[in-house]
Amino acid sequence: MAETKTYEPGAHPAMPAPMATSGVVKWTKDNLFSSPLNVAITFVIAYLLFKIIPPMLDWFVFDAVVDATSRNECEAKGDGACWAVIKIRFSQFIYGFYPENLRWRVNLAFILLFVALVPVLFDNVPHRNKALVFSALFPIIAFFLLWGGLGLEPVESAKFGGFMLTVTIGVAGIVLSLPLGILLALGRQSSMPLIHWICVIFIEFIRGVPLITLLFIASTLLNYFLPPGTNFDLLLRVIIMVTLFAAAYMAEVIRGGLAAIPKGQYEAADAMGLKYWQATRLIIMPQALKISIPGIVNTFIGLYKDTTLVLIIGLLDPLGLGQSVLADSKWQGLSDEIYVFIAVGFFLSCFAMSRYSLYLEKKLHTGH
Amino acid sequence: MNDQTAKTNGANNEYAVQLIGMHKWYGDFHVLRDNNLSVKPGEIIVICGPSGSGKSTMIRCINRLEEHQQGRIIVNGTELTGNLKNIAEVRKDVGMCFQHFNLFPHISVLENLTLAPIWVKNTPKKEANDIAMKYLERVKIPEQADKYPGQLSGGQQQRVAIARSLCMNPKIMLFDEPTSALDPEMVKEVLDVMVELGQEGMTMLCVTHEMGFARKVAQRVIFMDEGQIIEENNPHDFFDNPQSDRTKLFLSQILNH
Repeated sequence: MAETKTYEPGAHPAMPAPMATSGVVKWTKDNLFSSPLNVAITFVIAYLLFKIIPPMLDWFVFDAVVDATSRNECEAKGDGACWAVIKIRFSQFIYGFYPENLRWRVNLAFILLFVALVPVLFDNVPHRNKALVFSALFPIIAFFLLWGGLGLEPVESAKFGGFMLTVTIGVAGIVLSLPLGILLALGRQSSMPLIHWICVIFIEFIRGVPLITLLFIASTLLNYFLPPGTNFDLLLRVIIMVTLFAAAYMAEVIRGGLAAIPKGQYEAADAMGLKYWQATRLIIMPQALKISIPGIVNTFIGLYKDTTLVLIIGLLDPLGLGQSVLADSKWQGLSDEIYVFIAVGFFLSCFAMSRYSLYLEKKLHTGH
Repeated sequence: MNDQTAKTNGANNEYAVQLIGMHKWYGDFHVLRDNNLSVKPGEIIVICGPSGSGKSTMIRCINRLEEHQQGRIIVNGTELTGNLKNIAEVRKDVGMCFQHFNLFPHISVLENLTLAPIWVKNTPKKEANDIAMKYLERVKIPEQADKYPGQLSGGQQQRVAIARSLCMNPKIMLFDEPTSALDPEMVKEVLDVMVELGQEGMTMLCVTHEMGFARKVAQRVIFMDEGQIIEENNPHDFFDNPQSDRTKLFLSQILNH
């Protein structure tokens, strides 16, 4: 039997841990070979990868054809992917039918989008406040660049297409749906019955209807309600519908974040004499939004991908263009190449959003 | 009749806090029953009683975190009614410390302290920072200014919370069980700050079970049970010669274990 052993405070030295708690060997052992079942799974997966990856590489890279003018020429040159179709139609996939001599405006808008995003996404940018002024002005600048006006040659919405259309609808929807979602979430919590019920009915109605239905309303039904002769741009109507749809989901995500804020935070803000909007802006919303980041970004990604639904009302997003390319007798049947290309295009944007959200969560972690 | 007398009609302006026949209900539950209490400026009052006796609710009525339904509450000559202006006026004069500190976890300690001075009192940022550092030094943790609340110990967090209230230069401080959520070793550092504050003449209403603190600095101890004030006395007589049986039972349970 062990006797109680006592120490002077701080007398026992710190000792190294008995086993390595990091390193490659440790990781491999823990993650790949920790139990008989785990060993079996590791080998099965290794075998499957061995079987799948080489033929995939052959199709994607080694046997692929990049230079050809038709599908037949592709097949004569190799039996992998026929990337020639993407190469030849690339600019159409990006710009749709936007006039070729004006495409520099789309490029410029795209570059400026990133310039505007940097100070919004990262807070350690030098001169951030000045840069944010530009970010706030960017939507106006982009509007004139894309649609023309102010001396720039006008371009109709019908000419928009491809990934440029996706980015236009997606970015506009994201930028507009977050503030609207915040207001709806606050409104739903409001103690004023009128505001509360307007928000509840709006959210429940929008969430209860498929986006497709809203897009059909945008493309057809809205014309009956608007005064005759008004020419309300279809793309603008689509952006409004996509925004409303995402905002309803956003509101519920943010409501979840609000529900997680302890009552004591409201009480402390009240006791200090902060007014409702001060407390909301300075205390409650920053914390609620932080909690809601995964859900918010989830909604953003959903919105971005849902923009492909506009092909049903006749807008030529990448999927719509893909269909028209497939109908071209020269490239018939190359659906694999086209859909893989579109998938990669979407994946890159969505994956970037997802990584940013992880970065933001880490950055905002304040140790509680 | 001018506005001031209209607000405080029938009440005496020499008191910091006055409760006159105050009642409160939570739904159908009658939680505070005919509370009457007058607190002079500079007085330190300790409120104790079993849990659920309404002591927290009573002091939370004083800065309108809870609404009373009947009777009157007058704080520094301003009566608490539905009038939002009066509520804002009272909250300017009344600081509060909570059992769970309720610091804002997403901003630094310094920002916690400067937030209300900047937004409620329109103090310039630099001046607000100076005031904040002064009070952080007073609660003896100026070196923690740039940390987040979540990185501090409970005792440090509660001292930050006290400093945060003091930055608004309140005339009255409410303490709602400020040491109940602390490890035993940290209770003293918070009580020391409270004792000092009392010695400097702050009007204080403290809901607490720290009987040592009550004996040392309180001018009066109030005992509550079932929403009523059962007994009120100076600490000496309260502890050594309690009058009601309920008080005797309570004291025997908290002192003799």
